[in-house]
Amino acid sequence: MSHDLDSLYQDIILDHAKRRLNSGLREPFEAEVHHVNPTCGDEVTLRLHLDGDVVRDISYDNQGCSISSASASVMTELLIGKTAAENQPVFDAFLEMMRGKGQVEPDEDVLEDAIAFAGAAKLTARIKCALLSWMAYQDALARAQEDSHV
Amino acid sequence: MTTTQLAGLLPELEVIRADFPILGRTLAGGLPLVYLDSANTSQKPQVVIDTMVDHLERHNANVARAMHQLGAESSEAFEAARDKVAAFIKAPSRDEVIFTKNASEALNLVANTLAWARGDLSIGTGDEIVITEMEHHSNIVPWQLLTERTGATLRWFGLTDDGRLDLSDIDSLITERTKVVSLTWVSNMLGTINPVAEIARRAHEVGALVVVDASQAAPQLPVDVVASGADLLAFTGHKVVGPTGIGVLWGRREVLDQLPPFLGGGEMIETVRMEGSTYAPIPHKFEAGTPPIVEAVGLGAAVDYLSMIGLDAIHRHEQTITTYALEGLATVPGLRVLGPLDAADRGGAIAFEIDGVHPHDVAQVLDSRGVAVRAGHHCAKPAHARFGVQSSTRMSSYLYTTPAEIDALVEALEYTRSYFRLG
Ligand SMILES: Cc1ncc(COP(=O)(O)O)c(C=O)c1O
Repeated sequence: MSHDLDSLYQDIILDHAKRRLNSGLREPFEAEVHHVNPTCGDEVTLRLHLDGDVVRDISYDNQGCSISSASASVMTELLIGKTAAENQPVFDAFLEMMRGKGQVEPDEDVLEDAIAFAGAAKLTARIKCALLSWMAYQDALARAQEDSHV
Repeated sequence: MTTTQLAGLLPELEVIRADFPILGRTLAGGLPLVYLDSANTSQKPQVVIDTMVDHLERHNANVARAMHQLGAESSEAFEAARDKVAAFIKAPSRDEVIFTKNASEALNLVANTLAWARGDLSIGTGDEIVITEMEHHSNIVPWQLLTERTGATLRWFGLTDDGRLDLSDIDSLITERTKVVSLTWVSNMLGTINPVAEIARRAHEVGALVVVDASQAAPQLPVDVVASGADLLAFTGHKVVGPTGIGVLWGRREVLDQLPPFLGGGEMIETVRMEGSTYAPIPHKFEAGTPPIVEAVGLGAAVDYLSMIGLDAIHRHEQTITTYALEGLATVPGLRVLGPLDAADRGGAIAFEIDGVHPHDVAQVLDSRGVAVRAGHHCAKPAHARFGVQSSTRMSSYLYTTPAEIDALVEALEYTRSYFRLG
């Protein structure tokens, strides 16, 4: 059984859950969103700082399990410093993997460390944990872009 | 296992366990099931399953409106279930037992019809509703909706650090402005058993109605609705070894008679004309539409099963297991129990947190060892906030729980700590 556990709690995940890269809320930011997972109560507040089309910073404050904490950490590491357009394929690939019920073969070149969440994708109860901060990012991006167009 | 000698356990525990077929199944990897999530939903004995299957196989028909033999048999079985429930909660009259979908619907029925009530029961600006900080969301949100709709004010009892109701301000909380006091008998998160009769006495002194959420009490305490002091009392079928889809609202006849109908439709009417309708007497006044028939029949079998074993014996068993579990949990480093530490005045749900491991992760590792518990806020977010936590892990036992299962839990918790390298 601990074999299954190990495929869920890969070292990358345990490591990110401890280090929580880029955590803490920072200025400046164009959009701030608050997302919750109503089933377990996990929460994340996420701020996005855009500079033109470049994601300069994603800062966040979260309360959640190791899967949701690690996912926020990995996500910020992957997405910060690139343009929103460059990030889109990463976002899409992550979503596809998490919604693929463990049937989707993840592309490590695109997802890098985020492929570690393939184990969580097999567990219905943990999919939302892994997606929480990613959905918050998507929401924040939409808001920031909307605001910059008015 | 020496622990099976614990005094207070149900005699013939193995025989009782054999009544619950699911307890014999194994999980992934061939592990035995250690089911410690009964406060969430209880498992079902064979007699409940068989009764429901028999009803569907041999007696199925709609109730109260089918003029044939099957209709008569089905109606009889449905109404017999009402008699069984009335006996289970010692209701003075079977007509005071109303079938609902679950406890949530029963509580919403009360809060909605009170919001619509005219006359003595009407609620408006200046009136107050009192609840407690340890309520399940089902006994918070309906009252928030009622106060928003009527202009009344919602107030609540806070909690002490050891997870009991803080009754120190009872005199300023329950006043002549109080119209309703609604509280849980047993907390689904903290396990606390509340002094319902005492609070009801104070509420009645100021003329308030008392609503009791007995969702966690009905499974494990002998319930006597009149002695409880409640005017209205709700519980849910699936936690008393019955099926899902059926709940119970009991109310004193005078109160139920005064409340306006909840849902309109078939069965709840006396006569309908296009200009207006008159309503059936209780209980049918509150049972619009085709009821959950086979679920009610299953619930009847469930409460009979519990009564046969005896609620006093079940309560003693729960206390014995809870004492044993509290002792076991105390040996796990970094574990903090939320709620009273003395089994004497608590039920069989124990919520706890472990330093350094999120409840979700605890539950995941326990599940990999076959131990089923609940992680999250258990629909009691305010109670969690009161203790400065966002979520917790909760084990909950029932009449089929053995000390060996508690041992398995404690062992799995040790394993969880080592898995997350906490020593
Ligand atoms: C104290 C309490 N009240 C109400 C409920 C709601 O029960 P149901 O979801 O069956 O309506 C529950 C169970 O979840 C509970 O534990």
